[in-house]
Amino acid sequence: MHSEKQKHSFEPKIIAFVCTWCTYAGADLAGTSRMQYPSNVRVLKFPCTGRIDPVFILKAFQQGADGVLVSGCHPGDCHYIAGNFHARRRFAAFRKLLEFVGVDLNRLQFSWVSAAEGGKWVEVVTDLTEKVRAMGPMAEFKQLALEEQWSGTIGTPELKEAYNAI
Amino acid sequence: MSRIGVFVCHCGENISRTVDVERVAAQVGKLPGVAFATDYKYMCSDPGQNLLKKAIIEQKLSHVVVAACSPRMHERTFRKAVESAGINPFLCEMANIREHCSWVHENREEATVKAIEIVGMMVERVKKNRVLPTITVPVTKRSLVIGGGIAGIQAALDIADCGHEVVLVEREPSIGGHMAQLSETFPTLDCSQCIMTPKMVDVANHPKIKLYSYSEIELVEGYIGNFQVTIRKKARSVDEDKCTGCGLCMEKCPIKKIPSKFDCNLGMRTAIYVPFPQAVPNTPVIDRENCTKFKTGKCGLCQKVCGPGAVDYEQEDRLIVEPVGAIVVATGFDLYTINEKPKGSMIKGYGEFGHGKIPDVIDGMTFERLASASGPTGGKILRPSDGKEPKQIVFIQCIGSRAREKGISYCSKVCCMYTAKHTMLYHHKVHDGQAYVFFMDARTPGKSYDEFWRRSIEEEEAVYIRGMVSRLYQKGDKIVVMGSDIAVGVQVEIEADMVVLATAIQPQKGADTLAQKLGISYDKYNFYSEAHAKLRPVECATAGIYLAGACQGPKDIPDTVSQASAAAAKVMTLFAKDQLEREPIVARVREAGCVGCFYCKKVCPYGAVEEKEIRDRQGNLIRVVAYVNPGVCGGCGTCQATCPSKSVELDGYTDEQIVAMIEAL
Repeated sequence: MHSEKQKHSFEPKIIAFVCTWCTYAGADLAGTSRMQYPSNVRVLKFPCTGRIDPVFILKAFQQGADGVLVSGCHPGDCHYIAGNFHARRRFAAFRKLLEFVGVDLNRLQFSWVSAAEGGKWVEVVTDLTEKVRAMGPMAEFKQLALEEQWSGTIGTPELKEAYNAI
Repeated sequence: MSRIGVFVCHCGENISRTVDVERVAAQVGKLPGVAFATDYKYMCSDPGQNLLKKAIIEQKLSHVVVAACSPRMHERTFRKAVESAGINPFLCEMANIREHCSWVHENREEATVKAIEIVGMMVERVKKNRVLPTITVPVTKRSLVIGGGIAGIQAALDIADCGHEVVLVEREPSIGGHMAQLSETFPTLDCSQCIMTPKMVDVANHPKIKLYSYSEIELVEGYIGNFQVTIRKKARSVDEDKCTGCGLCMEKCPIKKIPSKFDCNLGMRTAIYVPFPQAVPNTPVIDRENCTKFKTGKCGLCQKVCGPGAVDYEQEDRLIVEPVGAIVVATGFDLYTINEKPKGSMIKGYGEFGHGKIPDVIDGMTFERLASASGPTGGKILRPSDGKEPKQIVFIQCIGSRAREKGISYCSKVCCMYTAKHTMLYHHKVHDGQAYVFFMDARTPGKSYDEFWRRSIEEEEAVYIRGMVSRLYQKGDKIVVMGSDIAVGVQVEIEADMVVLATAIQPQKGADTLAQKLGISYDKYNFYSEAHAKLRPVECATAGIYLAGACQGPKDIPDTVSQASAAAAKVMTLFAKDQLEREPIVARVREAGCVGCFYCKKVCPYGAVEEKEIRDRQGNLIRVVAYVNPGVCGGCGTCQATCPSKSVELDGYTDEQIVAMIEAL
């Protein structure tokens, strides 16, 4: 357990969008049970997966996320009766769109994690982190963001340097 | 400009062991907008909270981020503390650096970096938080109870005894439900009628209970504290106010051969009838389908003999609107009619057991009526076919229940116990008879239940055979039951005089339609879903609606009564205040942007979205926009993610807040 931790050349950034009633509580349970998982994940709490706009996923990729996890209550268990069903439909369509745009769907994962499934949360997060680590950084959307900035202000030092060189 | 205060908690050593809290406070203190950052050993303790309050006042803080445990643990604590220092509680956020950070990572450097990012994220979020007022809605202190079985009766009496008015609606002509049909009840073998009928009379005489029998729910509108319920009072053809309950009409009615539903078709009733002698109200009802007067226009005998002139053939259905603040749903169960596959249902029938074809194959409820002293045989166990006393009787358990391949996977919970009771009742009445029971498992969890079951074997000589029956067929006047005894590993063949099937418990017919009227959720079997299986077992996810009894899942009488009293307690909790306070995490429509597509209305699970008309000063309609009723909104935010014009926002989870968090990463 306490063996020398392997050093990786690349640490992916994972953003998790979770619902407060099931997955957030499941992640809390993983904590109270002192389970261990990679520290790459950042959790954003929503009342319900139904609240999660696909735009947030795009925004996350744009802001440098290498992997995105969306997780909520199991079908039928939604605290808000049916929010997760709406989410499921929405993301089924959204995945198609992402695939069409050319995003590797392995970077985007949906899973149901209930408040009692601390172990599953650890499993899901660990799997996604390792999978994305193997895939390497996600650059496409960041470049898009940079292009957007180019038309406006010069934000990054690289761009400033390039500008000055002209 | 915001002046944010950040308070990082050590949680004893729970956080500081893996997270360098001083470094977190120092780093976060440099973020724009953060005016004050500190760390403390126990933020949730009294000195910790005082530190927080003092800092708010001294540093003139506008927003607060507490980096500590999960918000599920202490968000309320800190929001209260912040409120007492004069800041709106919704301007305080918690950053979870314990459950989501220090407890799940070992590397101090990694955990510290993560903690800084988590706190940074919450700082960006809290900047966009808005002052949210507490929402209050008035409460109508009357309640509706749907279903007049033992669950509904118990709930109604409990609420009414507390001084609140109750409207009790029952579909059948009399209250009492299934419990009134039972002969004796396990595990004490006390007579069901003896404990049930006094309660029914209490309901009828209670000044705070308004009873609508032979009535159904037509429409439910409104929200917690403020429901408007339309009740359809079906035409009884007898004026309840005039009728004295003398029963002369029933004596004189010439149509006497209608199978009685109450007696499971074993007994007969007249066309003008009360379902059973102890009925409440004791007012007859005319069965218009079978009455000669309604079929041919002739007869009219009951009207002629009625002294007070209560019989009224012209009576029509009436619609009555009742305002109530809470609803208890107690619609109960029905037994699975196994002889055929219901149309369009996932459930397959049990044609192989000959129920409905072989007259001496009956279900458990029919056996109850046979054993009941007030039943069609006066309490004698007699075969329906020829009226002889059965000397060999076979009980088969788990008919319908626990059979995934047939469509029902759940256990009906009460059958093991009532079958044990049946063997006892049988043995008490037919001393030289022998009872056999085919069973899969005997499930007897409950006070004195297992002792009761053992008694049926050890003292009442019932023979239990572990195994299922494969086939049943009529041979002369016997029924041959073929099954296997898996404990011994042999095939068993019993020539029985009568077979009793312990058929599965199902929700009442029409349970799904009622659920849709109420806006509550139900599972694939049509049992109503509770808000939380363990912690909110009597509340629906829809606020202001509570569940009692077998409509939520199979239950025995003690469990049903407990749940009914629990539901009544929940109603009384709601009625304890004049105004209802609730979390202001609700959706709000930006009317300027709303195009009136009403996608939000389609996805709203609570029916909280209404159509609002915008008119000019001449009263001309300009356009129709969405309006979210804050009393009904549950705060899921599905509308916001659906809105194509981004014109609806969930307070506390606005796009601005979320995007600020993502951008902070």
